[in-house]
This record gives sequence, structure tokens and C-alpha cells, in this order.
Amino acid sequence: MTPEDWLESARADAERRGLPDLRPALEGLARSADRLREADWNDDASGTRETGPEAPAPAG
Amino acid sequence: MTAPVELPSIVDLGRAIRAGATTSEAATERCLAAIRDRDRSINAFITVLAEPALDAARTADRELRAGRDRGVLHGVPISIKDLLDMSGLPTSAASHVRREHVAARDATVVARLRDAGAVLVGKTNLHEFALGTTNEESAYGPVHHPLDATRSPGGSSGGSAASVLAGMAYASIGTDTGGSIRIPSAACGLVGLKPRFREVPTRGVVPLSASLDHVGPLCATVADAAAIFGTIADASGIEGPPAPVPARGLRLGVPRRYFLDLLDDEVARAFDDTCARLTAAGVALDDVVIPHASDIAAIYLHVAITEAAAFHARTLESRPDDYTPTVRVRLEAARYVLAEDYLRALRGRDVLRGEVSAALDGRDGLLLPTLAVPATPLGAATVRVGAGEEPVRNVTLRLTQLFNITGHPAITVPCGATGGGLPIGAQLVGMSTAALLQMAATLEADIRGGRPARSLLA
Repeated sequence: MTPEDWLESARADAERRGLPDLRPALEGLARSADRLREADWNDDASGTRETGPEAPAPAG
Repeated sequence: MTAPVELPSIVDLGRAIRAGATTSEAATERCLAAIRDRDRSINAFITVLAEPALDAARTADRELRAGRDRGVLHGVPISIKDLLDMSGLPTSAASHVRREHVAARDATVVARLRDAGAVLVGKTNLHEFALGTTNEESAYGPVHHPLDATRSPGGSSGGSAASVLAGMAYASIGTDTGGSIRIPSAACGLVGLKPRFREVPTRGVVPLSASLDHVGPLCATVADAAAIFGTIADASGIEGPPAPVPARGLRLGVPRRYFLDLLDDEVARAFDDTCARLTAAGVALDDVVIPHASDIAAIYLHVAITEAAAFHARTLESRPDDYTPTVRVRLEAARYVLAEDYLRALRGRDVLRGEVSAALDGRDGLLLPTLAVPATPLGAATVRVGAGEEPVRNVTLRLTQLFNITGHPAITVPCGATGGGLPIGAQLVGMSTAALLQMAATLEADIRGGRPARSLLA
């Protein structure tokens, strides 16, 4: 599901539940999800994407 | 703008009590008088514990007279954010959702404060369920900044900060999930410590986001923060006041890119002045880069509100109208987050954690502003920063949320004020809380620019 599809589906469900005020918050989440999906640390099942930064040990 | 108030320190009070110059009872009465005089307009407290506090103060005085000294917090009036359980009292979380709640036992932190002889004067107002940075959404009404009633004291521990600034308590215990100790501390000219993740137990604290929640003090000085941290932490590594280390030779990284890109002009000037004072004191400052800084907000949002939504799911369904509208909207929207996006955010958190640790490698700490803007006007959805308008929530979280994501300890120290007298804070970040406190104690006078806590706002 792309962020666009997700947003459309979430908006429709929020409307159905009588929660139209959720729209701006859902749009913000869609932009945020888009950013997360574009990030270079994500793995890719195709193996064609260069591996992102290694996950480090916890602080302290 | 209200006249400045004195910010007496815990350490000073303890010295005065032990010298016989005052008593815990007298100090507690002063705090209760300040609550009676000023809290009608500030609204810092949800519950005031006048009689229990006076009883505890008298007990503290009797114990000291009998030679039983429980340590640095003995007899010190402290307020508690109403997100922490106190046995027999409601923990409201500033929400009607908790209307029927009564705590069966003390939160671990509260129990440790009582054992240390602290006098608990009351429970402070907050942003509902700590989900916000302004304190405007509270079932008990907004908290007003003690210096300017038209402004927010910051949040979510806004009642805590206001209670200390207004002389209603010598210190307060708050929580910090994205900056909720450091933001109000900076806005109110206080020292605020977010310890390293999991150093201070959260048992008996209503969670916001369990993997980001921290408990810590808001107070007048770094020494006070160390005293409280040493009492409430599992193993603080702190014995007595933090011993200063030589400033000359300390090395601090300044993360300019992203963190200094969006600052109010007066905050930017105060931070530049702080850097100049530290350099003059012999501290070496150099630039560091957090490569994925521009992903911080997306990672934070997806971790924080998804975890919050899981905690609130049942009450969102059973009593939705008991939430304030804005908090309900944030939580309801979060229920649509896909598991795969939450997991991407967790992976991003690991990356950021490594980048902050790498920036600290070979350095004693990081230095950056705490809050990009001074205290914001109540009711404002956006605030002007430079040439543009920014959402209040985004701009207030911008410089603090990273260290909740990564778990590194961070402390804010007052570093100046706007022309209108609103406080500005600088933030130090380290690897170990004990070492961070030691460094902050060393640099406190230089960060403050020679203005002690008492006269910072004068």
C-alpha cells in the first residue's frame, strides 16, 4: 500500500466513523510515512538497493 | 510582564535549614502561600496537598532536630507532575478519562522522594496525557506562564515549570517523551534534566510512549538537578554535588545543520553569545553533523503516537468524549499507522542513535539551543520564525525529540533572555548522565553569562 493509497483509505474510514477532523493529522502522517519509506536505511527484498547505515549499539 | 521572582535552590535551602536559619515548615508555608496568592491566575496545580505537606515538613524538622538527616532533599518542598502515582490520590493526567482513578501505591520515584524526606506540595497540571507541548489541552484548563499570562510555559510539564518559577515549589518532577521537561524548563528559565533512557524508573507513571518516556527534575540549578537525580535514579553514579572539571580542554560538538537552521532571531543571538562565552572560557567547540537529522520528526512521530495509540485504544472507543478534541484527533489518527511504517521508524531510531553516539565520540558533549522560540502565545497554532510561520508543535519539539529517540541524556540550562524578558535555554547532551551533570556544573556560570538563577530574569 502506497502512502497515497493509505491516506485515501484512512480518510474514507475516518469519514465513515464521523471523524472528519482527522484529515490534517492523517495528511501529516502520510508525509511522514513517505519520508520513512524514502530513507536510505531501508532494506529492499530485491537486493538491488545499496544497504543503508548499520544499526549501532544502544547508547550508554 | 510580571516582575521577576527569586529562584531559591534546594542546596541553599538545605544549608539554611541545617544552619537553623529557617525550617522545612517555613519553606513549605512560603510555597503554599505562593500557591494561594498566584495559582488562581497561573493554574499550575491540579491538586494541592497543603495539610499533608505541612505534616511532612514538621516531621522533617523534628527528624533533623533529633539528628536524623535523610540527605539533600530532607525537608525540601517539591511538586509532582500529575502523571505520577501518589498513593490514595487520583492521577488525573489532566484528562477526564482518569476521572475515577485513585492510585493504589506511589510511583517508584515518588516513594524514593518520600524516603529522602522531600515534602510533596501537590500535583501539577500538564498537557492532557503529556501529548502536547503547550499545556493548552488540559481538562483543568491551560497553565499560564508566570512571567506573562498570555503565554504558555511550555509543556507538557508546564505546571511543573510554572510551579518552580512562581516559587510554589523548590523543584518539580516531570516527564519527557519528546522534550516535556526541557521545553518548559527553557521557556521558564529553569534547569531541566532528561536522564539517559531507563535510568529513572517509570513504574507508576502514566505512559505516553513507553520506549521514549523519561522522568526527571525541573529546578533552579545544575546542583539541584544532580541532587534529585541522585535520589530518584536506580544507580545514578552520583555521590554528593557534581565536582567541577576544568572548562579548559572540554570539547563540545555543535550540530549546526538542521538544528540551527530554524531559530528565532533572539534565540540565535543568545546561543551565539553562549558559544562565545564558552570559547572564552577555554571550551573547544567544533561543528558536528547528524546525517539523518532531517528524518528526526518523521521517526519521532511514528514511534511516539503509535505507541500512545496502543495505550489509549480502549478508552478512545469507550469514552472518546472524555478526551480534549485535539488530543483525541492525534490519538485516533495514529490508530491508522501501518505496522511496516512503525518498524521503519524503529530502524531509523537505531540509525540516529548511532549518529549521535558517533558525534559524541572524542567529545565531552553536544551543545545546541533547547527551544527554537521563546514561550509561545496561548492559542497560537503557528509561530513566526524568521520569514515563515511554523506549527507550534513542530517547532517546539524540533531540538529536543532526537534525544528521546536515541536515549542520550540531555540537560537545559538558562542562557539568556529576550528583550522582553522571556527566558532562553541552551542544551547539553552526553553519553552518561553523571558525566553530563559534572560538565553542566562546570559550564553553568558561563552558559548563564554570569547571571545566577536568582537574577537571570532581573
